[in-house]
Amino acid sequence: MGEGSPEAVLRCEGLRKSYGGLVAVDGVGFHIAPGETYGLLGPNGAGKTTSISMIAGLLERDAGEVMVAGKPLTTRSTDAKRVVGLVPQDIAIYPDLTARENLSFFGRLYGMPKVELKQRVAEVLEIVGLADRAGDRAEEYSGGMKRRLNIGIGLLHRPRLLILDEPTVGVDPQSRNAILESVERLSVEGMAVLYTTHYMEEAERLCDRVAIIDSGKIVAEGTRRELVELVGQHDRVRLTATGDLKAAVDAACAIDGVKGADVIDGGIDFLADRAGDRLIEILTKVGASGVIVSSVRVEEPNLEAVFLHLTGKALRD
Amino acid sequence: MALLRSSLLIARKDITQRIRDRSVFIWGLIAPFGLALIFSFVFNPVSDSEFHAEYVVVNEDGGPVADGFEAALANVEAGGIATIRSVESAEEARRQVEVGSDAFADEQLARADAAFLIPPGFSEGVLAGRGGELTVVGARGSELGAYVARAVAEGFVAELHAVDVAVKTVFPPGVEPTAEQVGALIPAAMAVASPIAVEDISAGTKQLDGTTQMTAGMGVFFVFFTVAFGVSGLLEERQYGTMTRLLAAPIRRESIILGKAITSFVLGVGSLAVLVVASTILLGAEWGDPLGVAVLVVAVVVSAMGVLAIVASVARTQEQAGMFASIVSLVFGLLGGTFFPVDQVGGVLSKVSLIAPHAWFLRGLGDLAGGEVAAIWPSVGALLTFGVVTSAGAWVFLKKAVTP
Repeated sequence: MGEGSPEAVLRCEGLRKSYGGLVAVDGVGFHIAPGETYGLLGPNGAGKTTSISMIAGLLERDAGEVMVAGKPLTTRSTDAKRVVGLVPQDIAIYPDLTARENLSFFGRLYGMPKVELKQRVAEVLEIVGLADRAGDRAEEYSGGMKRRLNIGIGLLHRPRLLILDEPTVGVDPQSRNAILESVERLSVEGMAVLYTTHYMEEAERLCDRVAIIDSGKIVAEGTRRELVELVGQHDRVRLTATGDLKAAVDAACAIDGVKGADVIDGGIDFLADRAGDRLIEILTKVGASGVIVSSVRVEEPNLEAVFLHLTGKALRD
Repeated sequence: MALLRSSLLIARKDITQRIRDRSVFIWGLIAPFGLALIFSFVFNPVSDSEFHAEYVVVNEDGGPVADGFEAALANVEAGGIATIRSVESAEEARRQVEVGSDAFADEQLARADAAFLIPPGFSEGVLAGRGGELTVVGARGSELGAYVARAVAEGFVAELHAVDVAVKTVFPPGVEPTAEQVGALIPAAMAVASPIAVEDISAGTKQLDGTTQMTAGMGVFFVFFTVAFGVSGLLEERQYGTMTRLLAAPIRRESIILGKAITSFVLGVGSLAVLVVASTILLGAEWGDPLGVAVLVVAVVVSAMGVLAIVASVARTQEQAGMFASIVSLVFGLLGGTFFPVDQVGGVLSKVSLIAPHAWFLRGLGDLAGGEVAAIWPSVGALLTFGVVTSAGAWVFLKKAVTP
């Protein structure tokens, strides 16, 4: 699907925003298809929140275009905004209203009919696990419960595009896992998800495609595999073995796709493209060299390594 | 239509929040009503309750001038402001005044707020031109009663002076009138009506009674705080992070500001309306024509919204807005005469007081107390002009303030 594909739920291009002399976002553009989860991965201050603020119509942009479900979206749009759900980075709920009242208020703002709203509020309370506390004021909730309500409000009106801005910051591991599971489920149900994070593991787990953003610019984009290949990173196969390890290294290096090997303490370290596809061949050659293998570990290069390669700095810098 | 719908939704949510955190009850009802109640108790004995004094008179003279003074006292009693009793001796009169001075004295004992002591030879001395001494003894703790007694005595002395002038005019130079002739002239002179009558309209009918003045003052003072809840709600949305959600919602940005304005208006008018009704029923306040009061209430709330919208547009945080609003409300409240009648001070201060909406509101209510609803239009005009001008200024700034 190309960038101009009519099926894209979100298509943005050339987004630019500056504050005085500081360029916060410079030419950001991408597209997201229905059912696709798209990650914006970058460190704090990279331009993720500014980008999604322009995409959600919160912030006037200096340049660029945003189309949601085929309709242009600006700060003054109402039609296009109707199909966008936003989960802000900071918890955005009314503490002195109950979860049900928070949901109902925002549902009415999105023009949901009364009967449908009542039913949908009950559904969302179930989804975010707050059905049994629906009548309690939000100020009485734990941090994790507030986060879940924060997400529930974004989901309420069944948006076609859900924008989540670092939704797991400051969340306990249990709530974090629940949030990630919810996002996976929404994607399966056909919702397009734009997910910003500086947690590499979340991007790897959730996102079909990832854009690496740094200093307001997208420096690379693609699936994880595409990004890894783009920067020339290789899988690593680590064998714990005994025997003539040098002979095994020489034999395995002859295999197509094996980029190198070293004898290490108690075993052998191989670098290879698509190591999973070549693992049997590697083990066969090593075994033929009289080496006894007691364990095998395959490590694929992660986005952290890609980010480091592309930007020269770590994600958490 | 969509603009109004979303504005009403936001206003409804805001009002629910304010009712739930009880702030509107505290600032809109309890504080003004409570302070009005306290001030009424403090000031009403002077300003509001019907004055009535107990006086005793000792006539040890029995002459025509003393009889004339007793006749004057009878007129005072007939006017209903005092009860006059005659006692036998100056000692008894002083004893009753002492009882009147003692707040803890036995209720059964005869007591007096003041005593008039007419000594023997009083009339003779006056008629002979030597003068006489009329003593007024006032009770401690009954300053007003003593003050009135002294005024009555001084009034009589002034009348005597008039008689003296009349005698000198009636009798040709060199003819010395007898004591009987002068004595006969006294009742005649006192019976003559004053050629000039003063009808008190301004003080009696164009001024609020003490209770209403206090309640109105406290009401308009605190309505500025109540209205502030609505206007500063914009800053609260930013503090809660919910401004982001409102901006992302399919509504016009103007509806957020309009929603806050509706909240302010409903809270302001609602709290003042309840205060008017409650003070009428519980404190006996007399606000005047309901239509006129309603128009003034709406006008002052509009002006408060404008002033506080300016404050909200300048402030960066809700705490800052609260502080600014308190300062503005206090300064305007003091200038506007909510605590004391600045307009009666005169000079520059009474003119400066007109920059405060409070002054126009109280002035409008005073005019309404005169009975003419039409008399409030200048005050209503001033209040609405104030509100419109400040709101227009605030609108420009607040539109810029509606950001994530």
